[in-house]
Amino acid sequence: MPENTLLSFEEKISMKLMSLFSGYGYKKFKMSKFEEYDLYIENKSFLKSDNIIAFNDPTGKLLALKPDVTLSIAKNTAENESEPRKLFYSENVYRVSGNMHEFKEINQIGLEFIGDVDTYSLCEVLNLAKLSLAQISDSYVLDISHMGLLIGLLESTGLPYDAKEEISGYIGTKNSHEIRRVCGEYGVDTVLCEKITTLASLYGSIDKIIPEAEKLIVNDTTEKAVNELKTVCTALKYSGNADNINIDFSVVSDISYYNGITFRGFIENVPGSILSGGRYDNLLKKLGKNSGAVGFAVYMDLLSYLDRDNDRYDADVLLVYDKNASAEEVFNKVNELKSEGNRVFASSVPCKNIKYKTKIILGEE
Amino acid sequence: MNKVINIALPKGRLGEKVYKLFEKLGYGCPALLENTRKLVFEDEKNGVRYFWVKPSDVAIYVETGVADVGVVGKDILLEQNPDVYELLDLGFGKCRMAVAGKKGEILPLDKTIKVATKFPNIAKKHFTSKSREIDIIKLNGSIELAPILGMSDVIVDIVETGSTLRENDLEVFEDIVNISARFISNKTSFRFKTEEIELMKSRIEKELYND
Repeated sequence: MPENTLLSFEEKISMKLMSLFSGYGYKKFKMSKFEEYDLYIENKSFLKSDNIIAFNDPTGKLLALKPDVTLSIAKNTAENESEPRKLFYSENVYRVSGNMHEFKEINQIGLEFIGDVDTYSLCEVLNLAKLSLAQISDSYVLDISHMGLLIGLLESTGLPYDAKEEISGYIGTKNSHEIRRVCGEYGVDTVLCEKITTLASLYGSIDKIIPEAEKLIVNDTTEKAVNELKTVCTALKYSGNADNINIDFSVVSDISYYNGITFRGFIENVPGSILSGGRYDNLLKKLGKNSGAVGFAVYMDLLSYLDRDNDRYDADVLLVYDKNASAEEVFNKVNELKSEGNRVFASSVPCKNIKYKTKIILGEE
Repeated sequence: MNKVINIALPKGRLGEKVYKLFEKLGYGCPALLENTRKLVFEDEKNGVRYFWVKPSDVAIYVETGVADVGVVGKDILLEQNPDVYELLDLGFGKCRMAVAGKKGEILPLDKTIKVATKFPNIAKKHFTSKSREIDIIKLNGSIELAPILGMSDVIVDIVETGSTLRENDLEVFEDIVNISARFISNKTSFRFKTEEIELMKSRIEKELYND
Protein backbone atom coordinates (compact mmCIF):
# COMPACT_ATOMS: atom_id res chain seq x y z
CA MET A 1 0.00 0.00 0.00
CA PRO A 2 2.58 2.67 0.93
CA GLU A 3 4.69 2.04 -2.22
CA ASN A 4 1.58 2.23 -4.33
CA THR A 5 0.73 5.66 -3.12
CA LEU A 6 4.22 7.08 -2.82
CA LEU A 7 5.80 5.91 -6.05
CA SER A 8 4.93 7.71 -9.23
CA PHE A 9 3.88 5.78 -12.32
CA GLU A 10 7.33 6.32 -13.79
CA GLU A 11 9.07 5.02 -10.66
CA LYS A 12 6.89 1.92 -10.56
CA ILE A 13 7.68 1.11 -14.19
CA SER A 14 11.35 1.72 -13.61
CA MET A 15 11.39 -0.76 -10.70
CA LYS A 16 9.58 -3.35 -12.80
CA LEU A 17 12.00 -2.95 -15.71
CA MET A 18 15.07 -3.22 -13.53
CA SER A 19 13.82 -6.34 -11.80
CA LEU A 20 12.94 -7.81 -15.20
CA PHE A 21 16.47 -7.22 -16.49
CA SER A 22 18.20 -8.52 -13.38
CA GLY A 23 16.09 -11.67 -13.65
CA TYR A 24 18.00 -12.50 -16.82
CA GLY A 25 21.38 -11.89 -15.22
CA TYR A 26 21.88 -8.31 -16.40
CA LYS A 27 23.95 -6.24 -14.00
CA LYS A 28 23.34 -2.62 -13.16
CA PHE A 29 25.95 -0.25 -14.53
CA LYS A 30 26.33 3.13 -12.87
CA MET A 31 28.26 5.72 -14.78
CA SER A 32 29.54 9.20 -14.21
CA LYS A 33 27.34 12.15 -15.13
CA PHE A 34 30.04 13.59 -17.34
CA GLU A 35 31.98 12.29 -20.26
CA GLU A 36 34.81 13.79 -22.28
CA TYR A 37 33.41 16.03 -24.96
CA ASP A 38 35.63 14.45 -27.63
CA LEU A 39 33.72 11.16 -27.43
CA TYR A 40 30.60 12.85 -28.77
CA ILE A 41 32.35 14.92 -31.39
CA GLU A 42 34.01 11.84 -32.85
CA ASN A 43 30.68 10.03 -32.99
CA LYS A 44 28.44 12.93 -33.77
CA SER A 45 26.15 11.12 -36.17
CA PHE A 46 25.42 8.39 -33.62
CA LEU A 47 23.55 10.95 -31.55
CA LYS A 48 20.14 12.06 -32.66
CA SER A 49 20.98 15.71 -32.15
CA ASP A 50 24.32 17.49 -32.01
CA ASN A 51 23.36 19.78 -29.16
CA ILE A 52 25.47 18.90 -26.16
CA ILE A 53 25.93 20.74 -22.88
CA ALA A 54 29.69 21.20 -22.60
CA PHE A 55 31.73 22.83 -19.85
CA ASN A 56 35.29 23.00 -18.50
CA ASP A 57 36.33 20.96 -15.50
CA PRO A 58 38.63 22.61 -12.89
CA THR A 59 41.72 21.60 -14.89
CA GLY A 60 40.34 23.10 -18.08
CA LYS A 61 39.41 19.84 -19.77
CA LEU A 62 36.26 20.01 -21.87
CA LEU A 63 33.51 17.80 -20.50
CA ALA A 64 29.94 17.16 -21.51
CA LEU A 65 26.75 16.15 -19.74
CA LYS A 66 25.94 12.77 -21.29
CA PRO A 67 23.46 13.01 -24.15
CA ASP A 68 23.59 9.23 -24.54
CA VAL A 69 24.50 6.16 -22.53
CA THR A 70 25.33 3.56 -25.16
CA LEU A 71 28.48 5.42 -26.24
CA SER A 72 29.80 5.43 -22.68
CA ILE A 73 29.17 1.70 -22.30
CA ALA A 74 30.73 0.96 -25.67
CA LYS A 75 33.78 3.05 -24.75
CA ASN A 76 34.22 1.09 -21.52
CA THR A 77 34.27 -2.23 -23.31
CA ALA A 78 37.57 -4.08 -23.41
CA GLU A 79 39.18 -4.39 -26.82
CA ASN A 80 38.68 -8.13 -26.93
CA GLU A 81 35.87 -9.34 -24.72
CA SER A 82 36.20 -13.07 -24.21
CA GLU A 83 32.96 -13.37 -22.29
CA PRO A 84 29.60 -11.71 -22.87
CA ARG A 85 28.72 -8.70 -20.72
CA LYS A 86 25.09 -8.15 -19.82
CA LEU A 87 24.38 -4.70 -18.43
CA PHE A 88 21.46 -2.45 -17.68
CA TYR A 89 21.32 1.17 -16.60
CA SER A 90 18.96 3.84 -15.42
CA GLU A 91 20.51 7.19 -16.20
CA ASN A 92 19.61 10.77 -16.96
CA VAL A 93 20.66 12.07 -20.33
CA TYR A 94 20.59 15.67 -21.51
CA ARG A 95 19.16 16.34 -24.93
CA VAL A 96 17.37 18.99 -26.87
CA SER A 97 13.87 17.78 -27.40
CA GLY A 98 10.48 18.99 -28.47
CA ASN A 99 9.55 21.95 -30.58
CA MET A 100 10.94 24.51 -28.19
CA HIS A 101 14.57 23.47 -28.78
CA GLU A 102 15.41 23.50 -25.12
CA PHE A 103 17.60 21.12 -23.16
CA LYS A 104 15.76 18.53 -21.15
CA GLU A 105 16.81 15.97 -18.58
CA ILE A 106 15.45 12.63 -19.73
CA ASN A 107 15.48 9.43 -17.74
CA GLN A 108 16.51 6.49 -19.87
CA ILE A 109 16.44 2.87 -18.81
CA GLY A 110 18.22 0.49 -21.07
CA LEU A 111 20.06 -2.70 -21.54
CA GLU A 112 23.15 -3.72 -23.49
CA PHE A 113 24.50 -7.09 -24.47
CA ILE A 114 28.16 -6.93 -25.48
CA GLY A 115 30.01 -9.94 -26.82
CA ASP A 116 29.48 -12.55 -29.46
CA VAL A 117 25.85 -11.98 -30.48
CA ASP A 118 24.42 -15.41 -31.33
CA THR A 119 20.80 -16.10 -32.22
CA TYR A 120 19.82 -16.84 -28.63
CA SER A 121 21.36 -13.62 -27.27
CA LEU A 122 19.65 -11.59 -29.95
CA CYS A 123 16.32 -13.22 -29.19
CA GLU A 124 16.84 -12.72 -25.47
CA VAL A 125 17.31 -8.98 -26.00
CA LEU A 126 14.29 -8.80 -28.32
CA ASN A 127 12.24 -10.75 -25.83
CA LEU A 128 13.29 -8.41 -23.02
CA ALA A 129 12.33 -5.44 -25.20
CA LYS A 130 8.93 -7.01 -25.70
CA LEU A 131 8.51 -7.80 -21.99
CA SER A 132 9.55 -4.23 -21.12
CA LEU A 133 6.75 -2.89 -23.28
CA ALA A 134 4.32 -5.35 -21.70
CA GLN A 135 5.25 -3.98 -18.26
CA ILE A 136 4.16 -0.54 -19.38
CA SER A 137 0.88 -1.36 -21.10
CA ASP A 138 -1.13 -4.22 -22.57
CA SER A 139 -1.50 -2.29 -25.79
CA TYR A 140 1.96 -2.40 -27.28
CA VAL A 141 3.75 -3.31 -30.49
CA LEU A 142 7.38 -4.22 -31.08
CA ASP A 143 8.49 -3.56 -34.64
CA ILE A 144 11.53 -5.38 -35.99
CA SER A 145 13.56 -4.48 -39.04
CA HIS A 146 16.84 -5.53 -40.59
CA MET A 147 19.14 -2.80 -41.85
CA GLY A 148 20.74 -5.22 -44.30
CA LEU A 149 17.77 -5.09 -46.63
CA LEU A 150 17.90 -1.34 -47.04
CA ILE A 151 21.70 -1.29 -47.23
CA GLY A 152 21.68 -4.06 -49.85
CA LEU A 153 18.96 -2.48 -51.98
CA LEU A 154 20.69 0.91 -51.89
CA GLU A 155 24.02 -0.72 -52.78
CA SER A 156 22.56 -2.20 -55.93
CA THR A 157 21.20 1.17 -57.10
CA GLY A 158 24.72 2.57 -57.38
CA LEU A 159 23.42 5.98 -56.29
CA PRO A 160 25.74 8.62 -54.81
CA TYR A 161 25.93 8.90 -51.01
CA ASP A 162 23.64 11.94 -50.76
CA ALA A 163 20.85 10.29 -52.72
CA LYS A 164 21.14 7.14 -50.59
CA GLU A 165 20.84 9.23 -47.43
CA GLU A 166 17.83 11.01 -48.89
CA ILE A 167 16.13 7.72 -49.75
CA SER A 168 16.79 6.18 -46.36
CA GLY A 169 15.17 9.28 -44.81
CA TYR A 170 12.09 8.70 -46.96
CA ILE A 171 11.99 5.03 -45.95
CA GLY A 172 11.79 6.26 -42.35
CA THR A 173 8.68 8.31 -43.16
CA LYS A 174 7.11 5.63 -45.45
CA ASN A 175 7.21 8.21 -48.20
CA SER A 176 6.89 6.18 -51.43
CA HIS A 177 6.18 9.14 -53.71
CA GLU A 178 9.44 10.93 -52.86
CA ILE A 179 11.42 7.69 -53.28
CA ARG A 180 9.93 7.35 -56.77
CA ARG A 181 10.86 10.97 -57.50
CA VAL A 182 14.52 10.54 -56.41
CA CYS A 183 14.83 7.22 -58.26
CA GLY A 184 13.31 8.86 -61.33
CA GLU A 185 15.77 11.75 -61.19
CA TYR A 186 18.73 9.37 -61.09
CA GLY A 187 17.27 6.94 -63.60
CA VAL A 188 17.19 3.97 -61.23
CA ASP A 189 15.78 0.79 -62.76
CA THR A 190 12.00 0.79 -62.15
CA VAL A 191 11.90 -2.77 -60.80
CA LEU A 192 14.52 -1.87 -58.21
CA CYS A 193 12.75 1.40 -57.42
CA GLU A 194 9.49 -0.46 -56.81
CA LYS A 195 11.35 -2.83 -54.46
CA ILE A 196 12.57 0.13 -52.43
CA THR A 197 9.10 1.67 -52.21
CA THR A 198 7.70 -1.73 -51.20
CA LEU A 199 10.30 -1.84 -48.44
CA ALA A 200 8.98 1.50 -47.16
CA SER A 201 5.36 0.42 -47.07
CA LEU A 202 5.59 -3.22 -45.87
CA TYR A 203 4.06 -3.54 -42.44
CA GLY A 204 2.50 -6.45 -40.60
CA SER A 205 2.92 -9.70 -38.76
CA ILE A 206 5.93 -12.00 -39.21
CA ASP A 207 3.95 -14.53 -41.23
CA LYS A 208 2.61 -11.88 -43.55
CA ILE A 209 5.83 -9.97 -44.19
CA ILE A 210 8.61 -12.60 -44.37
CA PRO A 211 7.38 -14.01 -47.72
CA GLU A 212 7.09 -10.44 -49.05
CA ALA A 213 10.60 -9.62 -47.84
CA GLU A 214 11.95 -12.66 -49.68
CA LYS A 215 10.77 -11.12 -52.93
CA LEU A 216 13.03 -8.12 -52.26
CA ILE A 217 16.27 -10.10 -52.32
CA VAL A 218 18.62 -8.69 -54.96
CA ASN A 219 22.12 -9.54 -53.71
CA ASP A 220 24.14 -11.22 -50.94
CA THR A 221 23.54 -8.44 -48.39
CA THR A 222 19.77 -8.58 -48.80
CA GLU A 223 19.73 -12.37 -48.80
CA LYS A 224 21.76 -12.54 -45.59
CA ALA A 225 19.46 -9.97 -44.01
CA VAL A 226 16.27 -11.82 -44.86
CA ASN A 227 17.75 -15.09 -43.64
CA GLU A 228 18.84 -13.60 -40.33
CA LEU A 229 15.44 -11.98 -39.88
CA LYS A 230 13.80 -15.30 -40.59
CA THR A 231 15.98 -17.18 -38.10
CA VAL A 232 15.26 -14.65 -35.35
CA CYS A 233 11.52 -14.56 -36.07
CA THR A 234 11.29 -18.36 -36.11
CA ALA A 235 13.06 -18.49 -32.75
CA LEU A 236 10.77 -15.82 -31.30
CA LYS A 237 7.72 -17.66 -32.58
CA TYR A 238 9.04 -20.94 -31.17
CA SER A 239 9.30 -19.43 -27.72
CA GLY A 240 5.71 -18.25 -28.06
CA ASN A 241 6.72 -14.64 -28.15
CA ALA A 242 5.61 -13.51 -31.55
CA ASP A 243 2.29 -11.88 -30.78
CA ASN A 244 2.50 -8.09 -30.77
CA ILE A 245 5.63 -8.34 -32.91
CA ASN A 246 5.47 -6.82 -36.37
CA ILE A 247 7.99 -6.36 -39.12
CA ASP A 248 8.49 -2.80 -40.31
CA PHE A 249 11.38 -1.80 -42.54
CA SER A 250 10.76 1.89 -41.95
CA VAL A 251 12.56 1.40 -38.65
CA VAL A 252 15.77 2.96 -39.92
CA SER A 253 18.83 3.85 -37.88
CA ASP A 254 22.13 5.39 -38.90
CA ILE A 255 23.85 2.82 -41.11
CA SER A 256 27.35 3.78 -40.02
CA TYR A 257 26.61 2.56 -36.48
CA TYR A 258 23.82 0.06 -36.74
CA ASN A 259 23.93 -3.14 -38.73
CA GLY A 260 21.57 -6.06 -38.65
CA ILE A 261 18.43 -6.16 -36.57
CA THR A 262 16.96 -2.87 -35.34
CA PHE A 263 13.70 -2.44 -33.47
CA ARG A 264 11.28 0.08 -31.99
CA GLY A 265 8.57 -0.25 -29.39
CA PHE A 266 5.27 1.61 -29.41
CA ILE A 267 2.55 1.98 -26.79
CA GLU A 268 -0.96 3.02 -27.72
CA ASN A 269 -1.60 6.74 -27.05
CA VAL A 270 2.11 7.54 -26.70
CA PRO A 271 3.24 9.49 -29.78
CA GLY A 272 6.52 8.27 -31.24
CA SER A 273 8.54 5.26 -30.17
CA ILE A 274 9.08 4.73 -26.46
CA LEU A 275 11.68 2.01 -26.97
CA SER A 276 14.43 1.95 -29.50
CA GLY A 277 17.31 -0.41 -30.07
CA GLY A 278 19.34 -2.56 -32.38
CA ARG A 279 22.55 -4.27 -33.21
CA TYR A 280 25.49 -1.87 -33.20
CA ASP A 281 28.62 -3.88 -34.00
CA ASN A 282 29.68 -1.04 -36.30
CA LEU A 283 29.86 1.43 -33.43
CA LEU A 284 32.15 -0.88 -31.45
CA LYS A 285 34.30 -1.40 -34.52
CA LYS A 286 34.62 2.36 -34.91
CA LEU A 287 35.76 2.60 -31.28
CA GLY A 288 38.36 -0.07 -31.98
CA LYS A 289 36.65 -2.92 -30.12
CA ASN A 290 36.50 -6.40 -31.39
CA SER A 291 33.06 -7.50 -30.38
CA GLY A 292 29.40 -7.44 -31.23
CA ALA A 293 26.66 -5.64 -29.34
CA VAL A 294 22.92 -5.28 -29.18
CA GLY A 295 20.80 -3.21 -26.83
CA PHE A 296 17.87 -0.90 -26.35
CA ALA A 297 16.68 2.05 -24.32
CA VAL A 298 13.27 3.00 -22.94
CA TYR A 299 12.49 6.73 -22.90
CA MET A 300 10.83 7.15 -19.53
CA ASP A 301 9.79 10.77 -20.12
CA LEU A 302 7.18 9.57 -22.62
CA LEU A 303 5.38 7.71 -19.83
CA SER A 304 3.79 11.02 -18.89
CA TYR A 305 1.35 10.42 -21.75
CA LEU A 306 -0.02 7.40 -19.88
CA ASP A 307 0.00 8.71 -16.34
CA ARG A 308 -3.62 9.67 -15.90
CA ASP A 309 -3.51 8.91 -12.21
CA ASN A 310 -5.36 12.02 -11.09
CA ASP A 311 -7.04 10.49 -8.11
CA ARG A 312 -3.89 10.30 -6.09
CA TYR A 313 -4.47 11.73 -2.61
CA ASP A 314 -1.95 13.64 -0.59
CA ALA A 315 -3.50 12.24 2.59
CA ASP A 316 -6.34 9.97 3.60
CA VAL A 317 -7.52 12.21 6.39
CA LEU A 318 -7.38 15.95 6.85
CA LEU A 319 -7.55 16.52 10.57
CA VAL A 320 -8.56 20.05 11.46
CA TYR A 321 -8.01 21.08 15.08
CA ASP A 322 -8.72 24.22 16.96
CA LYS A 323 -5.72 26.48 17.51
CA ASN A 324 -6.36 26.32 21.23
CA ALA A 325 -6.56 22.55 21.39
CA SER A 326 -3.79 20.95 23.42
CA ALA A 327 -0.93 19.34 21.54
CA GLU A 328 -1.50 16.10 23.44
CA GLU A 329 -5.08 15.94 22.28
CA VAL A 330 -4.04 16.39 18.62
CA PHE A 331 -1.22 13.86 19.02
CA ASN A 332 -3.63 11.26 20.36
CA LYS A 333 -6.03 11.72 17.48
CA VAL A 334 -3.25 11.63 14.86
CA ASN A 335 -1.80 8.46 16.39
CA GLU A 336 -5.21 6.86 16.52
CA LEU A 337 -5.89 7.61 12.85
CA LYS A 338 -2.39 6.50 11.88
CA SER A 339 -2.79 3.18 13.67
CA GLU A 340 -5.88 2.58 11.54
CA GLY A 341 -3.63 2.82 8.48
CA ASN A 342 -4.48 6.36 7.41
CA ARG A 343 -2.11 9.00 6.17
CA VAL A 344 -2.91 12.08 8.21
CA PHE A 345 -2.47 15.75 7.50
CA ALA A 346 -3.08 17.73 10.66
CA SER A 347 -3.70 21.44 10.46
CA SER A 348 -5.37 24.19 12.43
CA VAL A 349 -6.72 25.71 9.21
CA PRO A 350 -8.87 23.74 6.73
CA CYS A 351 -6.31 23.51 3.91
CA LYS A 352 -7.58 23.78 0.36
CA ASN A 353 -4.30 22.91 -1.31
CA ILE A 354 -4.15 19.26 -0.35
CA LYS A 355 -6.20 16.40 -1.72
CA TYR A 356 -7.74 14.18 0.95
CA LYS A 357 -10.40 11.52 1.18
CA THR A 358 -12.11 12.57 4.40
CA LYS A 359 -12.04 15.57 6.66
CA ILE A 360 -12.31 15.23 10.43
CA ILE A 361 -12.71 18.17 12.72
CA LEU A 362 -11.20 17.40 16.09
CA GLY A 363 -13.80 17.22 18.85
CA GLU A 364 -16.73 17.11 16.45
CA GLU A 365 -17.17 13.46 15.62
CA MET B 1 -15.75 -3.17 -34.91
CA ASN B 2 -13.46 -0.71 -36.60
CA LYS B 3 -11.73 1.98 -34.61
CA VAL B 4 -12.61 5.64 -35.12
CA ILE B 5 -10.06 7.57 -37.15
CA ASN B 6 -9.30 11.10 -36.00
CA ILE B 7 -8.62 13.36 -38.97
CA ALA B 8 -7.09 16.84 -38.84
CA LEU B 9 -8.05 19.01 -41.79
CA PRO B 10 -6.67 22.45 -42.61
CA LYS B 11 -9.31 25.18 -42.41
CA GLY B 12 -9.98 26.76 -45.76
CA ARG B 13 -10.24 25.82 -49.40
CA LEU B 14 -7.76 22.94 -49.29
CA GLY B 15 -9.47 21.36 -46.30
CA GLU B 16 -12.88 21.58 -47.97
CA LYS B 17 -11.56 19.98 -51.13
CA VAL B 18 -10.00 17.17 -49.12
CA TYR B 19 -13.22 16.64 -47.20
CA LYS B 20 -15.16 16.25 -50.47
CA LEU B 21 -12.69 13.58 -51.55
CA PHE B 22 -12.95 11.77 -48.20
CA GLU B 23 -16.74 11.99 -48.27
CA LYS B 24 -16.77 10.34 -51.69
CA LEU B 25 -14.62 7.51 -50.32
CA GLY B 26 -17.01 6.71 -47.49
CA TYR B 27 -15.63 8.97 -44.76
CA GLY B 28 -18.53 11.42 -44.80
CA CYS B 29 -19.61 13.45 -41.81
CA PRO B 30 -22.62 15.56 -42.84
CA ALA B 31 -22.47 17.73 -39.72
CA LEU B 32 -19.19 19.12 -41.01
CA LEU B 33 -20.84 21.11 -43.77
CA GLU B 34 -23.32 22.80 -41.49
CA ASN B 35 -22.26 26.32 -40.93
CA THR B 36 -21.31 26.27 -37.28
CA ARG B 37 -18.46 27.43 -35.16
CA LYS B 38 -17.81 23.92 -33.94
CA LEU B 39 -14.33 22.53 -34.46
CA VAL B 40 -14.89 18.83 -33.81
CA PHE B 41 -17.30 16.72 -35.88
CA GLU B 42 -18.03 13.06 -35.45
CA ASP B 43 -19.78 10.46 -37.55
CA GLU B 44 -20.11 7.16 -35.75
CA LYS B 45 -21.47 5.27 -38.73
CA ASN B 46 -18.47 6.04 -40.91
CA GLY B 47 -16.02 5.80 -38.00
CA VAL B 48 -14.51 9.26 -38.39
CA ARG B 49 -13.92 12.31 -36.24
CA TYR B 50 -12.80 15.52 -37.96
CA PHE B 51 -11.00 18.55 -36.51
CA TRP B 52 -10.72 21.85 -38.34
CA VAL B 53 -7.37 23.31 -37.42
CA LYS B 54 -5.11 26.09 -38.63
CA PRO B 55 -3.20 24.75 -41.68
CA SER B 56 0.19 25.25 -40.05
CA ASP B 57 -0.99 23.28 -36.98
CA VAL B 58 -2.11 20.10 -38.77
CA ALA B 59 1.30 18.45 -38.49
CA ILE B 60 1.45 19.17 -34.76
CA TYR B 61 -1.96 17.59 -34.17
CA VAL B 62 -0.84 14.49 -36.04
CA GLU B 63 2.62 14.33 -34.46
CA THR B 64 1.19 14.40 -30.93
CA GLY B 65 -1.35 11.74 -31.88
CA VAL B 66 -4.47 13.78 -31.12
CA ALA B 67 -5.25 13.25 -34.80
CA ASP B 68 -4.34 9.88 -36.33
CA VAL B 69 -4.10 11.23 -39.86
CA GLY B 70 -4.21 14.63 -41.51
CA VAL B 71 -3.72 16.54 -44.71
CA VAL B 72 -1.03 19.18 -44.83
CA GLY B 73 1.00 21.11 -47.39
CA LYS B 74 4.54 19.89 -48.08
CA ASP B 75 5.71 23.42 -47.18
CA ILE B 76 4.62 22.87 -43.56
CA LEU B 77 6.28 19.44 -43.45
CA LEU B 78 9.56 20.85 -44.77
CA GLU B 79 9.46 23.78 -42.38
CA GLN B 80 8.49 21.90 -39.22
CA ASN B 81 10.00 18.50 -39.97
CA PRO B 82 7.50 16.63 -37.77
CA ASP B 83 8.02 12.99 -36.78
CA VAL B 84 5.16 11.53 -38.88
CA TYR B 85 4.64 9.20 -41.83
CA GLU B 86 4.09 10.90 -45.16
CA LEU B 87 1.91 8.27 -46.79
CA LEU B 88 0.62 9.91 -49.97
CA ASP B 89 1.03 12.86 -52.27
CA LEU B 90 -2.54 14.00 -52.92
CA GLY B 91 -1.41 16.02 -55.89
CA PHE B 92 -3.65 18.98 -55.23
CA GLY B 93 -2.95 22.35 -53.72
CA LYS B 94 -0.01 22.43 -56.12
CA CYS B 95 2.41 25.34 -55.94
CA ARG B 96 6.13 25.85 -55.47
CA MET B 97 8.47 27.32 -52.90
CA ALA B 98 10.65 29.92 -54.58
CA VAL B 99 13.15 32.71 -54.04
CA ALA B 100 11.81 35.97 -55.47
CA GLY B 101 12.93 39.57 -55.59
CA LYS B 102 12.52 42.85 -57.42
CA LYS B 103 12.08 42.47 -61.15
CA GLY B 104 15.27 42.92 -63.11
CA GLU B 105 17.56 42.43 -60.15
CA ILE B 106 19.66 39.37 -59.35
CA LEU B 107 20.60 37.59 -56.15
CA PRO B 108 23.40 39.65 -54.57
CA LEU B 109 26.68 37.75 -54.72
CA ASP B 110 29.02 39.96 -52.71
CA LYS B 111 27.19 40.27 -49.41
CA THR B 112 25.01 38.54 -46.85
CA ILE B 113 21.54 38.14 -48.37
CA LYS B 114 18.62 39.53 -46.39
CA VAL B 115 15.73 37.08 -46.74
CA ALA B 116 12.19 37.81 -45.61
CA THR B 117 10.06 34.70 -45.15
CA LYS B 118 7.42 32.78 -43.26
CA PHE B 119 9.61 29.69 -43.70
CA PRO B 120 12.96 30.34 -41.98
CA ASN B 121 14.01 26.67 -41.90
CA ILE B 122 13.38 26.10 -45.59
CA ALA B 123 15.18 29.35 -46.45
CA LYS B 124 18.15 28.50 -44.23
CA LYS B 125 18.47 25.00 -45.69
CA HIS B 126 18.25 26.23 -49.26
CA PHE B 127 20.90 28.93 -48.93
CA THR B 128 23.18 26.77 -46.75
CA SER B 129 23.22 24.16 -49.51
CA LYS B 130 24.52 26.89 -51.81
CA SER B 131 27.04 28.05 -49.21
CA ARG B 132 25.45 31.48 -48.98
CA GLU B 133 25.20 33.43 -45.77
CA ILE B 134 21.80 34.93 -45.05
CA ASP B 135 20.03 37.12 -42.52
CA ILE B 136 16.52 35.90 -41.94
CA ILE B 137 13.68 38.31 -41.36
CA LYS B 138 10.75 36.27 -40.09
CA LEU B 139 7.40 37.70 -41.17
CA ASN B 140 3.92 36.30 -40.76
CA GLY B 141 2.24 37.75 -43.84
CA SER B 142 2.47 40.27 -46.70
CA ILE B 143 5.96 38.98 -47.38
CA GLU B 144 6.01 40.77 -50.76
CA LEU B 145 6.27 44.10 -48.99
CA ALA B 146 9.74 43.40 -47.66
CA PRO B 147 11.77 43.78 -50.88
CA ILE B 148 9.57 46.62 -52.12
CA LEU B 149 10.31 48.63 -49.00
CA GLY B 150 13.94 47.61 -48.99
CA MET B 151 13.68 45.59 -45.79
CA SER B 152 15.09 42.52 -47.53
CA ASP B 153 16.90 41.61 -50.76
CA VAL B 154 14.66 38.65 -51.52
CA ILE B 155 11.76 36.65 -50.17
CA VAL B 156 11.27 32.91 -49.84
CA ASP B 157 7.60 32.15 -50.23
CA ILE B 158 4.94 30.02 -51.87
CA VAL B 159 4.20 30.91 -55.47
CA GLU B 160 0.96 29.63 -56.96
CA THR B 161 0.23 31.51 -60.18
CA GLY B 162 2.75 34.29 -59.72
CA SER B 163 0.12 37.01 -60.01
CA THR B 164 0.76 38.45 -56.55
CA LEU B 165 4.44 38.73 -57.44
CA ARG B 166 3.69 40.39 -60.80
CA GLU B 167 1.31 42.89 -59.28
CA ASN B 168 4.02 43.93 -56.87
CA ASP B 169 6.69 44.09 -59.57
CA LEU B 170 8.54 41.06 -58.25
CA GLU B 171 9.73 37.93 -60.04
CA VAL B 172 10.97 34.44 -59.22
CA PHE B 173 14.77 34.16 -59.09
CA GLU B 174 14.91 30.43 -58.45
CA ASP B 175 12.66 27.54 -57.48
CA ILE B 176 13.37 25.63 -54.28
CA VAL B 177 10.89 22.78 -54.26
CA ASN B 178 7.45 21.77 -55.54
CA ILE B 179 4.67 21.77 -52.98
CA SER B 180 1.39 19.85 -52.82
CA ALA B 181 -0.93 18.44 -50.19
CA ARG B 182 0.23 15.30 -48.37
CA PHE B 183 -1.66 12.65 -46.44
CA ILE B 184 0.21 12.07 -43.17
CA SER B 185 -0.20 9.71 -40.24
CA ASN B 186 0.93 9.55 -36.65
CA LYS B 187 3.58 6.84 -36.17
CA THR B 188 1.89 5.27 -33.16
CA SER B 189 -1.61 5.42 -34.63
CA PHE B 190 -0.29 3.68 -37.73
CA ARG B 191 0.55 0.71 -35.50
CA PHE B 192 -2.66 0.55 -33.52
CA LYS B 193 -5.07 1.47 -36.31
CA THR B 194 -3.08 -0.18 -39.10
CA GLU B 195 -6.06 -1.68 -40.86
CA GLU B 196 -8.13 1.51 -40.84
CA ILE B 197 -5.28 3.76 -41.95
CA GLU B 198 -4.01 1.40 -44.66
CA LEU B 199 -7.56 1.03 -46.00
CA MET B 200 -8.00 4.78 -46.09
CA LYS B 201 -4.66 5.18 -47.84
CA SER B 202 -5.45 2.57 -50.47
CA ARG B 203 -8.90 4.07 -51.13
CA ILE B 204 -7.41 7.52 -51.69
CA GLU B 205 -4.63 6.08 -53.84
CA LYS B 206 -7.11 4.19 -55.99
CA GLU B 207 -9.33 7.22 -56.40
CA LEU B 208 -6.49 9.57 -57.31
CA TYR B 209 -4.15 7.42 -59.35
CA ASN B 210 -6.07 4.53 -60.87
CA ASP B 211 -8.84 6.44 -62.62
